[in-house]
Amino acid sequence: MRQFFSILVCFFSFSFFAFGQDGHDDHSNDGNHEGGAYIETIGECHIPHDDPNVFNPGKTAFHHISDQNVYSIGPLQIPLPCILYGHGGKGLEMFSSSKFHADYHGNGEYAYNQYVLFEGSVRRVQDPSFPKGALELGHHRVYGKDVKVEGAKDKFQIFVCYDGKEWACDNKSTLDGGLFGGGMTSFTDFSLTKNVVTMLIIFIFLAWLFTKIAKMYKQREGQAPTGIQGFIEPVFLFIQDEVAKPFLGHKWEKFLPLLMALFFFILALNLFGQVPFFGGSNVTGNLSFTLVIAVIAFIITNINGNGHYWQHIFSMPGIPGWVKVIVTPVEIMGMFIKPLTLMLRLFGNITAGHMVIVIFVGLIFIFGQNGANPGAAWGTTIGSTLLTIFMMAIELLVAFIQAFVFTILTASYIGAATEEAHDH
Amino acid sequence: MTGSLAAIGAGLAVIGAGIGIGNIGANAMDAIARQPEAVGDIRANMILMAALVEGAALIAILLAFFV
Repeated sequence: MRQFFSILVCFFSFSFFAFGQDGHDDHSNDGNHEGGAYIETIGECHIPHDDPNVFNPGKTAFHHISDQNVYSIGPLQIPLPCILYGHGGKGLEMFSSSKFHADYHGNGEYAYNQYVLFEGSVRRVQDPSFPKGALELGHHRVYGKDVKVEGAKDKFQIFVCYDGKEWACDNKSTLDGGLFGGGMTSFTDFSLTKNVVTMLIIFIFLAWLFTKIAKMYKQREGQAPTGIQGFIEPVFLFIQDEVAKPFLGHKWEKFLPLLMALFFFILALNLFGQVPFFGGSNVTGNLSFTLVIAVIAFIITNINGNGHYWQHIFSMPGIPGWVKVIVTPVEIMGMFIKPLTLMLRLFGNITAGHMVIVIFVGLIFIFGQNGANPGAAWGTTIGSTLLTIFMMAIELLVAFIQAFVFTILTASYIGAATEEAHDH
Repeated sequence: MTGSLAAIGAGLAVIGAGIGIGNIGANAMDAIARQPEAVGDIRANMILMAALVEGAALIAILLAFFV
């Protein structure tokens, strides 16, 4: 019981500390304004400032789960290398993200070679006449606001205020063809972002862990497992006996390395993303990451598909010809929908969990009016801490279930594709 | 109140998934009560089915947000 209370107290002070910074600084930097959202005008710039007494949970949650070019642990900002490729003959540039001198929100106070930092992620100034090299911009000079677009929805655009002028900025290029609001822009970001660094850490950790365990099996042949070996063995055997063997039949050994790599990599990333105040890396809650692993599952399934599998897709046996006209397109769609749901399921579950946690912590700022009402904030902190601990316990369960579901579905897709023909 | 129609769509998708997963859970409990020795197989299949239902709901939610 005493242990439980000390954990509670730790958590309690942490959650206040981590967010306290946001709220407090927001309040102090607009000291000359008594609340209310307002627009600061410098030359031609119109810089929107949020109401310091209003907390926007959705915006905060999205900001906290997004990938960034800086790795922040509490107030500490660890710069990461930026590797940026500018289209149109600009070429490749490599520099540290410390060049941007990011503030606590991840907004850069400097521009570097026409690049700026907005909420931790790099943007490029569209106008090529923007000066190169390091430029001091000052605090809150990189900002986003809605721009009217003729005959369409308002577009959220990032601007830089420099020299009394407003300079529009481009987002990073994405390969989704504009489906999620992206598309090709003036630069592509190949940086080692927070998520990439996390993946590398997890990769090195898992490589070290599994080499160590493999060595232990060689040294202690015929003996009972000890230490970390005893922790991993039942999990490994569970995946082998409950997932690989029943779904893949006698070919299970061929696909076991893939399934184990998927399971342990997703599980480790899920659990690492759960660690509070350690950067909050949300790798498995990032569509690009889940897209890549779903594409891997798709490729493995289809290159291993036998004639039986392809026959069932293009010309389902045992049904009349006119039904095939309906069934074949559905089967072809199904081929792509399977990896699509794999991608969305992992992304949706992990993102939803993280957002709920951020919003529970955000309740403190909603009720405490972002620092204006400390009594209510402290009162809410107790309730919100308990809710957050409850949610994190569920998230631990979800971390395991989602890693398991991804593996079992991949195994069942591969199993269906490699199944031998049998008599109908 | 922009985007409220999308929110209703997302909510409807969640109702569908809730009914689906509820049915899976209820029938899995029935099955376990009838054959307690098959609990391992039933649980694995229950999670698999719940994941498939959830996939449909997630597509609906995503469409609600992006379209």
